[in-house]
Amino acid sequence: MLKKITLFSAVLLFLFSSSMVAAAPKSGGTLIFGRGGDSVGLDPAYETDGNSFMICDNIFEALVFYADESTALEPGLAKSWDIAPDGKTYTFHLRKGVKFHDGTPFDADAVVFSIGRMMKNRNVKFYGKSLEIPAQDRTPEYWVSMEMDDTIGSIEATDEYTVVFKLKRVEAPFLANMGMDFADIISPTAFLKNPKEFIRMPVGTGPFKFVKWVKDDQIILEKNKNYWDKSAGPYLDKIVFRSIPENSVRFLELKAGNIHICQFPNPADIAMAKKDKNLILPTQPGMNIGYLSFNHTKEPWKSNLSLRMAIAHAIDRKAIVDNLYQGMGQVAKNCIPPTMWGYNDKIPGYSFDLKLANEYLAKAGFPEGKGLPEITLWSMPVPRPYNPEGLKIGVAMSADLAKIGIKARIVSYDWGTYLKRQREQPEDMDLFQLGWTGDNGDPDNFLAVLFDGLASSSIRTQWKNEEYHKLMLQGKQTVDQAKRTEIYKKALQVMYDECPVIPVAHSTVIWPSLKNVMNFKLHPTSSVRMKNVWLK
Amino acid sequence: MLAYIFRRILILIPTILGISIIVFFMLRITPGDPAELLLGERATDEALHQIREHLGLNKPVYVQYGMFLKRLMKGDLGETIWTRQKVWTEIKERFPATMELSVVALLISCFFGILFGIISATRQYSVFDYLSMLGALIGVSMPIFWLGLVLMLIFSLNLGWLPMSGRLSVGIDLKTITNFYILDAVLTQNWAALKDALWHIIMPAVTLSTIPTAIVARMTRSSMLEVLHQDYIKTAKAKGLSRFTVTFKHALRNALIPVVTTIGLQFGVTLGGAILTETIFAWPGVGKWMFDAVMKRDYMVIQGGTMFIAMLFVLINLVVDVLYAVINPRISMH
Repeated sequence: MLKKITLFSAVLLFLFSSSMVAAAPKSGGTLIFGRGGDSVGLDPAYETDGNSFMICDNIFEALVFYADESTALEPGLAKSWDIAPDGKTYTFHLRKGVKFHDGTPFDADAVVFSIGRMMKNRNVKFYGKSLEIPAQDRTPEYWVSMEMDDTIGSIEATDEYTVVFKLKRVEAPFLANMGMDFADIISPTAFLKNPKEFIRMPVGTGPFKFVKWVKDDQIILEKNKNYWDKSAGPYLDKIVFRSIPENSVRFLELKAGNIHICQFPNPADIAMAKKDKNLILPTQPGMNIGYLSFNHTKEPWKSNLSLRMAIAHAIDRKAIVDNLYQGMGQVAKNCIPPTMWGYNDKIPGYSFDLKLANEYLAKAGFPEGKGLPEITLWSMPVPRPYNPEGLKIGVAMSADLAKIGIKARIVSYDWGTYLKRQREQPEDMDLFQLGWTGDNGDPDNFLAVLFDGLASSSIRTQWKNEEYHKLMLQGKQTVDQAKRTEIYKKALQVMYDECPVIPVAHSTVIWPSLKNVMNFKLHPTSSVRMKNVWLK
Repeated sequence: MLAYIFRRILILIPTILGISIIVFFMLRITPGDPAELLLGERATDEALHQIREHLGLNKPVYVQYGMFLKRLMKGDLGETIWTRQKVWTEIKERFPATMELSVVALLISCFFGILFGIISATRQYSVFDYLSMLGALIGVSMPIFWLGLVLMLIFSLNLGWLPMSGRLSVGIDLKTITNFYILDAVLTQNWAALKDALWHIIMPAVTLSTIPTAIVARMTRSSMLEVLHQDYIKTAKAKGLSRFTVTFKHALRNALIPVVTTIGLQFGVTLGGAILTETIFAWPGVGKWMFDAVMKRDYMVIQGGTMFIAMLFVLINLVVDVLYAVINPRISMH
């Protein structure tokens, strides 16, 4: 009897589990991706915009991959790596049998060439025939802004499939950096054939090959049938990335079934998409932060903690997220997104509490705002992923501040001027909005880059705190991730106590797609990877 | 005639020099820095410095202008800041799209504008006259953006008759020779592509033609009314000529001169960029391209694009002036 029951339950379990297994992926078909703008160029070393990277993501690959749905690191074109005990030498062991789309083999020299061409002093050594790297006619913007010349000392191919990177300093985020787009590996043969045209004729090792580019209209990629990873994908025969600049038209094209995925729809259209039975809504919390900062180069902001706290508690961030982010976001309590390791969930966040705000204001020496002259609140003129409506958010903040007796005047410039003047930390700037979208999933990429004013005069917030600075240095120089997690949690606590900026929100990305688009996942780094996507 | 054309072309030189000065220095006065916009939030002093140096933006403005002029004299419009491509290459890729759209829109405008203008004039104060002039008023004042979306909702989403956006359907293969898709389809005898390209151009062309149609209709009407009251028309009528001959042979030809000027100007305007139409219908032309360049402060694109369009504008004006003589031999070329 018992045997029968066991058998019966085993059959049930089998039936249940097989129904749970997703349908097997099907090969074939053309996917049309509707996006807001065209790519600028397709050489990953020199691009800076998302629309360029989303094509590069499918044509090129880096030594290190990010996991499917997080920024955890996985082997990529390097199947493994060793880090020397001093943390300054990284040895990458490359995958064998990988070929570029032009048929040339991927090897250590290709890595030396791809990364080496961005170096200011090309301290590189090839294993095979030494390749002549042409002079750059362009600044590799990511390389420079990530200060890679201060990090990498030399790159050497020690045999056909081994590359050794010698660093000038211990830099824990180095490995994560090697997963970023700018560190993609290109075909040296294709590049040298016509260096100037490479940005329009990209050749990599990725799951899709470049076919054609009609400017401002479409970019066509086709399946790389010789892709090295046979475990899954690519399934699609072809991908067409169409530029449809107007958000509402792009959404209409999706509704009509003419495109499969609609990038950045208007928030108002999301509600409509939810009701449409033919659409699904892939959603991803963005790896970003929108914040409001104080001008730390001037008083009273520099040294009056109570005044900063008063403002932090006076602003109703939930109302801002509900109404101006139209629900596509969440109130931030840390300056890194909750999906990132190092996030400190124990921090309560600044509550919206006018009574408390008034108490802090009195303690700051400005009871009911008396004695504080009119302040300026710089509000962003353009929508960014982390801040959809800078000016309206500025108005909402100013209205909140008025409730505790602080008069704030909205100031805005065109985007270029805003960025430029903000960096100069002018006397007429009291509070300013800004934000950040993460590059590599490392907390250092938020916490050091944005807030450690003691590290460089280029840090936009110019907040100077010894304890925080020490923690940032420690974070960079510790390779063990568990230890680094504790360091960044501590740093976030320091930030919360010192209130150098008010974290406002992390936005959420929703790109509606047709129901038959399977396995399309938005990645936290906002890269668009089509390898595992298939059409039902 | 040839001497006249040659003289007009010579006048082009100071005109273009003037335009180059205005465009170049106005851009430099406008706030905003291409390097800052290129790097966005992640700008560091070092990166900004490197980019400015690469682009030659840290040189004195007059030196930059000198370099620009030197290149211009060689017929080189320079390289764009964002895409690092020759400005001329970028124009070649996009201009045919704009030109194609403008020509079709203008043909629609000429046909309907002149037709309605004539009928209104010959049936002055009739119901038709009032209706067509009301139509013209609506045409001029209708927001392009709204019209485009409404057309799309009706003809694409609901009726499914016309494609919503773009120049060609995905999957239609067309070998491009001139980048004028309609022309290329005819040249390669690709009839499927021809039909597809024509289907795609209808809505954007109609949208773009509303304002010119209205302007042409009003101009034709007033010009015709003036001519129709002339003595020679009365004479023609008294001679017993048919109403058709009087209207089309005697009146229209004289009435067309100001209309041709208007059409020429409208053509120039649409060529300079039907920014809104191109944006709504995802039409990959120069209008949207230049607009984006302004937002990104891509000086090279703005300078190069403006110079190109300005030259075109001047050339169209020249053609219009020559056309005068063809229409009305009494105008001589001095």
